[in-house]
Amino acid sequence: MLSFVDCPPKLELPLFGTQVPAGFPSPADDHIEGKLDLNEHLIRRPAATFFVRAAGESMRDAGIFDGDLLVIDRGISPQPDDIVIAILHGDLTVKRLKKVAGQWHLAAENMDYPSLPIGENDCEIWGVVTTSIRRHCGR
Amino acid sequence: MATFALVDCNNFYASCERLFQPRLRERPVVVLSNNDGCVIARSNEAKVLGVAMGAPMFKIRKLVEEHDIAVCSSNYALYGDISERVMTVLGASAPSHEIYSIDECFLDLDRLAVPSLTEWCRVLRERTRRWTGIPVSVGVGPTKTLAKLANRLAKKSAKAGGVLDLVHHPAWIEAALRKTPVGDVWGVGRRWTVMLEERGIHTAHEFANAPDGWVRQRMGVVGLRTVHELRGFVCHALEDQPSPKQTTCCSRTFGAAIREKSQVHDAVMSFSERVAEKVRHAGQVAGAVQLFIRTDPFAQGAPQKSLSGSATFHRPTSDTREISAAVLRIFDRIWRAGYDWRKAGVLLLDIGMPGDSPASLFDRIEAPDDGLMSAIDQINARYGRGTARLGLAQKDGEWRMRRENLSPSFTTRWTDIPSARLT
Repeated sequence: MLSFVDCPPKLELPLFGTQVPAGFPSPADDHIEGKLDLNEHLIRRPAATFFVRAAGESMRDAGIFDGDLLVIDRGISPQPDDIVIAILHGDLTVKRLKKVAGQWHLAAENMDYPSLPIGENDCEIWGVVTTSIRRHCGR
Repeated sequence: MATFALVDCNNFYASCERLFQPRLRERPVVVLSNNDGCVIARSNEAKVLGVAMGAPMFKIRKLVEEHDIAVCSSNYALYGDISERVMTVLGASAPSHEIYSIDECFLDLDRLAVPSLTEWCRVLRERTRRWTGIPVSVGVGPTKTLAKLANRLAKKSAKAGGVLDLVHHPAWIEAALRKTPVGDVWGVGRRWTVMLEERGIHTAHEFANAPDGWVRQRMGVVGLRTVHELRGFVCHALEDQPSPKQTTCCSRTFGAAIREKSQVHDAVMSFSERVAEKVRHAGQVAGAVQLFIRTDPFAQGAPQKSLSGSATFHRPTSDTREISAAVLRIFDRIWRAGYDWRKAGVLLLDIGMPGDSPASLFDRIEAPDDGLMSAIDQINARYGRGTARLGLAQKDGEWRMRRENLSPSFTTRWTDIPSARLT
């Protein structure tokens, strides 16, 4: 189903008080700095984030190479031009989602691979790729 | 009026297996217990084919071959991780929540002011499915027992679309009660079902209208509470429940945030003791254990974290020593400093009667019972919970077991993450 370009439904959150432990706040609190955490940098919604390994060459021109680690955020509603994980013939596959003249496509970013037109019901978008990570030194 | 929701994952284990293996969506799926013994979970298609819950593998082999049923060994690392994600989404949506089992969560929606609760539930349901990949059903009722009953009907009815709200449609309650067999009422076990049916009580509606005195005499105060809950009077608040089924959980929200590792450790160890005691009390054993700790999702501006991990027992157990040892290992593996922890819990999974699951060839069939656990239970029953406790958790033994169709640990091990094709 390709009805996913609609605005994501908003989940209304209630307002209610959380208990705040009383006590005099330490003036040093503002200056505490933790270590930089790559998780915080790369992951906005931990509950919706999954890691997937890229296998193949069809997204080379988008800068995604064989063996790259992909960060997928299922909390993002897919829109045209997003790089997505789609389910195609029972496999997870990485492509760029395109909409050309009303027709949806899963487009490869490598001249050697075709762009695949997809119908409303024959393809499910599994998640949106937010980041790719490539290791440059194997040691 | 009090408003409780029960959110229940549809065919949870099978849904987890399908999440990273889309090909399984086209096949019926069953999941086996420890050591690949019996069926503990089925997809809808497998249910339709007549695969019975608890059926041993050798009995369904013919069905499996005939219908190309996908058979999976239980993968608690995967289920635990996905469960934690589902609970995080649910917990962040409602004013307060109670994780009832690995795939069920009660929400207290009392203070939730929204124009249409049904619509809110639909959005929650869609968000959970979208974010975690797991379809859920939502039942809403004025009591936990009615929420659970509404959930069962939400799942069964195509018209409901996975959501049934009995609080804003009180006229539906009677029909819902009539449609529910008494054995499917929360807290009514097999023995009570037989007893009630022998006396002509077949539906939840008939049960709800049974005279108080009779119920109290036959089923004690526990049964009476269930009847009152069916009539819409709250007897069970959040984190207060009649009886565990396939999983049991001990979780608590801490009075104040805890940063100290040793304090969280102590809390987690006491939960381990408590759940172990719970399964022993029910005469049951557990096949796996899951631990989670998380920060307060409503603490403004504070860094948020939710951690979990799980372990599978070589041989199902109810021994506090084995359970605590496993929880301790998980705890040391997942612990992260620098957060204000607000909630933690220990879940026991794959619960069954001792001897239910076939042992592996080289197994000691029975756990060596040195009588320590029953001695501790007796002391605690007499002098109060926590009087006798274990000191340090001990080392555990071998953890290898038969899991021939184990899916990869898609979300918890780097070498196992799924591949996406670029072809």
